[in-house]
Amino acid sequence: MSVGVAELATRSRVHYLNESYGVKSWLLTTDHKRIAVLYMVSITFMFLVGACAAALMRIQLLDPAGAIVQPETYNKLFSIHGIIMVWFFLIPSIPAVLGNFLIPMMIGARDVAFPKLNLLSWYIYIIGALFVLYVVIYGGVDTGWTFYTPYSSTYSNSHVFAAAAGVFIVGFSSILTGLNFIVTIHKMRAPGMTWFRLPLFIWSLYATSIILVLATPVLAITLCLMAMERFLHMGIFNPAIGGDPLLFQHLFWFYSHPAVYIMVLPGMGVINELIAAFSRRRIYGYAFVAFSSFAIAFIGFLVWGHHMFVSGQSVYAGMVFSGLSFLVAIPSGIKVFNWTATLYKGSNSYDAPMLYALGFIGLFTMGGLTGIFLASLSIDVHLHDTYFVIAHFHYIMVGGSVMAYMGGLHFWWPKITGRLYPDKWARFAAFTIFIGFNLTFFPQYVLGYLGMLRRYAVYPAQFQALNVLSTAGASILGVGYFIPLVYLIWSMRYGRVAGPNPWRAKGLEWETPSPPPRENFEETPIVTEEAYAYPTRPRPARV
Amino acid sequence: MIHFFHFGKTLSAAWLLFPLHPPTASTIAHRVDYLYYFLTAFTLFFTFSIFAVILYFMIKYRRRSDDEVPEEVKTSIPLELAWTLIPAAICAFIFFWSCSLFFRNSRPPANSTEIFVVGKQWMWQLQHANGAREIDELHVPLHVPIKLTMTSEDVIHDFFVPAFRVKEDVLPGRYTSIWFQATELGTFPFECAQMCGALHSSMRGEVIVMKPDDFAHWLSSNAPAQTMSSTGEQLFAHLGCVSCHVDDTSGRYPQLAGVYGRQVTLRNGARAAVDESFIRGAIVNPNAQPLAGYTASMPSFQGQIDEVQLLDLIAYIKTLGSGQKADALR
Amino acid sequence: MSESAVTQAGRPVLEQHFADLPAQEEARKLGMWIFLITEILFFGGLFATYTIYRELYLPGFIQGSHLLEVKWGAINTAVLIVSSLTMALAIRSAQVGKRKSAIIGLLGITAILGVVFLCIKFILEWRTDYLHHLVPGINFDYAGPHASHVQLFFLFYFFMTGLHALHVMIGIGVVLALSYLTWRGRFSPHYYSPLEVTGLYWHFVDIVWIFLFPLLYLIGGR
Repeated sequence: MSVGVAELATRSRVHYLNESYGVKSWLLTTDHKRIAVLYMVSITFMFLVGACAAALMRIQLLDPAGAIVQPETYNKLFSIHGIIMVWFFLIPSIPAVLGNFLIPMMIGARDVAFPKLNLLSWYIYIIGALFVLYVVIYGGVDTGWTFYTPYSSTYSNSHVFAAAAGVFIVGFSSILTGLNFIVTIHKMRAPGMTWFRLPLFIWSLYATSIILVLATPVLAITLCLMAMERFLHMGIFNPAIGGDPLLFQHLFWFYSHPAVYIMVLPGMGVINELIAAFSRRRIYGYAFVAFSSFAIAFIGFLVWGHHMFVSGQSVYAGMVFSGLSFLVAIPSGIKVFNWTATLYKGSNSYDAPMLYALGFIGLFTMGGLTGIFLASLSIDVHLHDTYFVIAHFHYIMVGGSVMAYMGGLHFWWPKITGRLYPDKWARFAAFTIFIGFNLTFFPQYVLGYLGMLRRYAVYPAQFQALNVLSTAGASILGVGYFIPLVYLIWSMRYGRVAGPNPWRAKGLEWETPSPPPRENFEETPIVTEEAYAYPTRPRPARV
Repeated sequence: MIHFFHFGKTLSAAWLLFPLHPPTASTIAHRVDYLYYFLTAFTLFFTFSIFAVILYFMIKYRRRSDDEVPEEVKTSIPLELAWTLIPAAICAFIFFWSCSLFFRNSRPPANSTEIFVVGKQWMWQLQHANGAREIDELHVPLHVPIKLTMTSEDVIHDFFVPAFRVKEDVLPGRYTSIWFQATELGTFPFECAQMCGALHSSMRGEVIVMKPDDFAHWLSSNAPAQTMSSTGEQLFAHLGCVSCHVDDTSGRYPQLAGVYGRQVTLRNGARAAVDESFIRGAIVNPNAQPLAGYTASMPSFQGQIDEVQLLDLIAYIKTLGSGQKADALR
Repeated sequence: MSESAVTQAGRPVLEQHFADLPAQEEARKLGMWIFLITEILFFGGLFATYTIYRELYLPGFIQGSHLLEVKWGAINTAVLIVSSLTMALAIRSAQVGKRKSAIIGLLGITAILGVVFLCIKFILEWRTDYLHHLVPGINFDYAGPHASHVQLFFLFYFFMTGLHALHVMIGIGVVLALSYLTWRGRFSPHYYSPLEVTGLYWHFVDIVWIFLFPLLYLIGGR
């Protein structure tokens, strides 16, 4: 078997993957890179469980009378799909995988501030996941991922407590990860790495970490109170015994609205890196993009009532929350325009990560603008709890965050594994995902306005055609996700060996070998350049 | 605006061979649809514009050689301000439009006919003032404003009529309300829009809009022997409310003549309006909001009266001292 | 994997991922501050819910509050304040290089006061409430007016003081661990940041109690 010189060099060089072997060296690691890989494997597994639930749901909806499961089972399917995808896939995905791997490297540090706490975060995630897997195996939970009372605290006969416990536990994983990132970014930047020389990925993850740290504890308390009502039959949220069901909604959404920014801000952070690398230029309007992350984080704490426009809250409260919700669209728009402007007079290539980034921009734009529909009070009255809402958040979370995760995974794959994946398959998969995604979720906008409600196991017959179209799209989307699963695993053994910087990108992570050594850098880097310091030639003088 | 709307509607329907919106059967449905189509056009325009610009830049500035060096482009502050302020202005416009529509739709007209709705797992009971009761069906007259006052017996439900573009959560322990005025004859579905358990997807019914004469005929032929308020009157006597709240002259108990719609002072100094929710709370949890000037000694009737009976009682209490007789609402 | 070897003379060990000692010390303090902010949000959600129900059901909450014994609450407040003082003195002792026995003594008193707090809470208060049938979900049986609101009050009382007591228990454990490490010679004027960081946590636990005491024990004026 012929082996290239580079490959020999990789095999003989010591790096974080081969510096020690054995299960113990992985399960007791405090290396942020190994912890990132542990998360990567765990969240991929949970994604597959959540995706199975989604597949069963879409098959069920092929037939207006329900194709395969009873309504009680369908209720459990959408509940577990939501719980797993939100808390066990999307919230950890970019922060715990890409953030853990890259934050120390991008700032020139050797690890995060608290490596042992980092490992503890992963173990807490696993314990939370075990609770949820218990729920899946032993009969499910049927309250929806939103656990509304008094259904969840008094009437449901499913495994509400175990599911809430799983979510409560995994919340602490998020909190500790956010804490770790904030301290790391503040205290461990290399000499010369001032705030405004940081990659925008770091700015986004810093804003995300603030939300993680401030919002998640409120969810924890809310779930405790709901569980106490369930066990002690005390009227905290159940009006029959003196409680207020709207109080649960306010407490729940006070966390869960910022949670959606936890899910999208890291994706936006990744897009910055992809656009810069594959247009070989500095992100246009760096400072605007950096501050817009904080604007989104801050305003995001003020808009939770837009989930409750028809809940019985007052008209005036509705108007305030509506106005603030419009406000949060502005910083998102600023990002989209700046990314597009970066492509102007760039040196743009069509590598797979770039295709994912461009897909993100378009789909996030549509998803974000449909958020304007839902922020508009009288429109939301009609659209609340319909498929329009489902299409809106899937455009952002799947068309947005998941595509960003895939793009980031592809971009940094050579750094993480030292191997290149097959480029043509990657681009083909990106297209397949894009087409499958739109075919799945665009019809759902139409279904929503027509009046098809979410969380429905059966539906009026006139909606069947669009549902069949959506399911067809979902099968294409499934194929699109399966292809990278195959070639990425394949590439770990058979892919071409990557050098330190196969994309010729700027960034400290590219100035170290692929895969990196345990301490990331042979010597502490000294930073003298701005972020994204790609060479440019001056504008030609006007004649 | 109307021309744009109809043109858009026809174009899309023709192109897609099916409707993009439910039947437009209430006074507000058209206005909601105008806003919706404006937002759709705005969304599609911006999304496709961004896609088009991206495609253009990707092709025009594609990488031709691996060593090429792009030209420098300085960030233009005026451009940043423009694409901050223009979307902000458009958002403000949409916000004011939707707020004014919402505000107008939130208040039922003064002459609305009141119908009462009780949702429970997994069916809807609807009751007309004259006592006529329906299950999973709602007969209403054309061109008459209808106010629905709703409550739940158990979990949170939601009453949604797509054709009228109205929706509101139906909560246990309190009353919520919506109103609509039907503009088309026909049958329009209503559905539960808040996850409420196993048969949530089957918790549906139909609004049947009839000509006013036909409706009046239907209403009288379906009327039971008693109106809501006369049923309430009987309950009021049967449960012993009369002795303290109407017949008593000692001044120890609040007298209920003319109480509905008044403002009262609570023991903690706050003022409260005596509406349906207040009366319901007073019956079910009397010591939660005690009135100033009275010692709390009313027993709670929680668990002894169901939601439909509560509505009957409230209908009766509303007639006390107003000069209306109990069965005058027939 | 980073190794922390025990050193002589209380020199701190520089973990390999930090650039220098000041960075390491500052990182640990910042970490504890952020953790305390998450705790504020955690207790805050609970306090907010409590406040809402207190506004709605004030007569019942006043009843419930009168069933608590202010003297134990006040004694406990004093106990925790003194324990914060001894904790601060322990840190100061380390800072100025007092003998190990002084530091251990002060840490010990802190821990003992924490245990005294827990004894008063669990034995003199909770157990009494149990004997008077005031524990929701277990044996609640109250014959006076506003019984359901009194029960809600006690639910919040047990949840809030229980959560607080859990934090006190963890604090006692950490303080005892620090006493052991002090005895092993781990700290010195050059290195006492674990004491500082624990002190921050202990003071936070104290402050939470200072809010809890009037909120729960002093409603309706005593």
